[in-house]
Amino acid sequence: MIKNISRKSSSWQLPEHQVTDEGVYLKRRSFLKQLGFVGTSALLSSSAQADWFSKNELTPFVTKPLSFKNSFKSEDVLTPEAKVISHNNFYEFGTSKNDPIENAQQFNVNPWQLNVSGEVGKELTLDYDDLYKLFPLEERIYRMRCVEAWSMVIPWIGFPLAQLIKKAQPNSKAKYVAFETLYDPKQMPGQSSRRIGGGVKYPYVEGLRLDEAMNPLTLMSVGLYGKSLPPQNGAPIRLVVPWKYGFKSIKSIVSIKLVEKMPPTTWNILAPREYGFYANVNPQVDHPRWSQASERRITSGGLFARNRIETMPFNGYEEQVAHLYKNMDLRKNY
Amino acid sequence: MTGKLIHSQVIFSTKFLIHIVSLFLLCDLYYQAVNDRLGADPVEVVLHFTGIGAFNLLLLSLTISPLAQYFKLPLLLKFRRLIGLYSFVYVLCHLLSFLAFEVQFDWHLFINEVIERPYITIGMLAILIMFSLAITSIPLIKREMGRNWQKLHNSVYLASLLVGLHFYWSVKSEIIEPSMYIGISLTLLYCRKKKIIRWFK
Repeated sequence: MIKNISRKSSSWQLPEHQVTDEGVYLKRRSFLKQLGFVGTSALLSSSAQADWFSKNELTPFVTKPLSFKNSFKSEDVLTPEAKVISHNNFYEFGTSKNDPIENAQQFNVNPWQLNVSGEVGKELTLDYDDLYKLFPLEERIYRMRCVEAWSMVIPWIGFPLAQLIKKAQPNSKAKYVAFETLYDPKQMPGQSSRRIGGGVKYPYVEGLRLDEAMNPLTLMSVGLYGKSLPPQNGAPIRLVVPWKYGFKSIKSIVSIKLVEKMPPTTWNILAPREYGFYANVNPQVDHPRWSQASERRITSGGLFARNRIETMPFNGYEEQVAHLYKNMDLRKNY
Repeated sequence: MTGKLIHSQVIFSTKFLIHIVSLFLLCDLYYQAVNDRLGADPVEVVLHFTGIGAFNLLLLSLTISPLAQYFKLPLLLKFRRLIGLYSFVYVLCHLLSFLAFEVQFDWHLFINEVIERPYITIGMLAILIMFSLAITSIPLIKREMGRNWQKLHNSVYLASLLVGLHFYWSVKSEIIEPSMYIGISLTLLYCRKKKIIRWFK
């Protein structure tokens, strides 16, 4: 692993001993799987046995240090890096939280192409190096609230989506922004197997209203914890919309299209009653199958961490974004 | 050494092994979870492990009598009660972990979730059934109940279906694993089709 680049240590930085080594996590999970007790998925997984021996032979994905300025701080305690990179919903690499870190290490992100097209004056194609060079990078510490009622606090690195959209010069027809994840079943096992991919129709697509996309909080992230993104977190580039449930923050993006009509979004297609287009964090509107009034904040500490906290409207970013939804019934537009 | 002695030794050592494995897995799980060595969110892992563990043990206990019949191995029946009881132990851990670590003794939230969320409601129903089965497996109570005991214990089939539904309903989109569990439950019910047809006559 690459050394963290030197930064001024701030009050929110955790001492190193609080961060569990990644290897310990992986071994632990493999051990449970070996016992064949996690469920039938373990029995079916033909690679379970091979993993045990071959894991160390495969070279893990290499991240690189990034330079950036600090711009958006938070009082919240950060979620340790080892947890941020090992607890991921990225069904392209498997549906268990620890599947992506295990299955995505061979993911190739260079070369990469990100196209900006649709209702724009100037189509853009960003290659791998452009992602880090076209705009100045900044660090933003955001809360991330998953629709499953857990949350993290993550130091992202990236640039505002607004800068990218402005560069493409959207025309007057552009009302919405449609995003698409890479479709590459060879690299993403979840896309070639329904069992691994959880029955989601791929490629994963997401969307925002143009004014949501232009809000200064909306970030295109290329890194976290001072380094470029690991594949399980959406390398090389992903969206971060901190006032919406995590599934809106689409990963490994290859296409951004400015469009006139509200674009389809993956979870809404899958279960329209449970996941809306807006998906703003809202403690007043429950998911049909569980409460959204509170959440468990994942930081350090084990089973006895008293980590249940109240969920805030717009995930605590009410001041910055509530004006976008004036005169809208947020119960209907969930 | 007489055959009978070997027989009882086999029973003793098998039961011993069931105790060791079931308890070791549980103790190890909670030890790792308390020390934050169980992935990023130990609560999720504990709930999943105890839930799946309870279901596995429940289905295993229901597999015993068809196996004993098919292979003419009545000895197997000696372990059915113990495995059923461990299924209940796991299910109890599942419930208590949900209460203590997921909702963290927010009783208002707990009661609301049990009432408002169908998958939790049927999960609770299954636990109540399994509780009544566990309590009545005390030999003294079993004797007192006479023929009613068997009637009550037939509800284990209902419990297995409720647990399958609870699992199916709790996931977001990854329905293949719970569907397989429901398939296994239905297959085990099918093995008892004569008995079930008799109930409805």
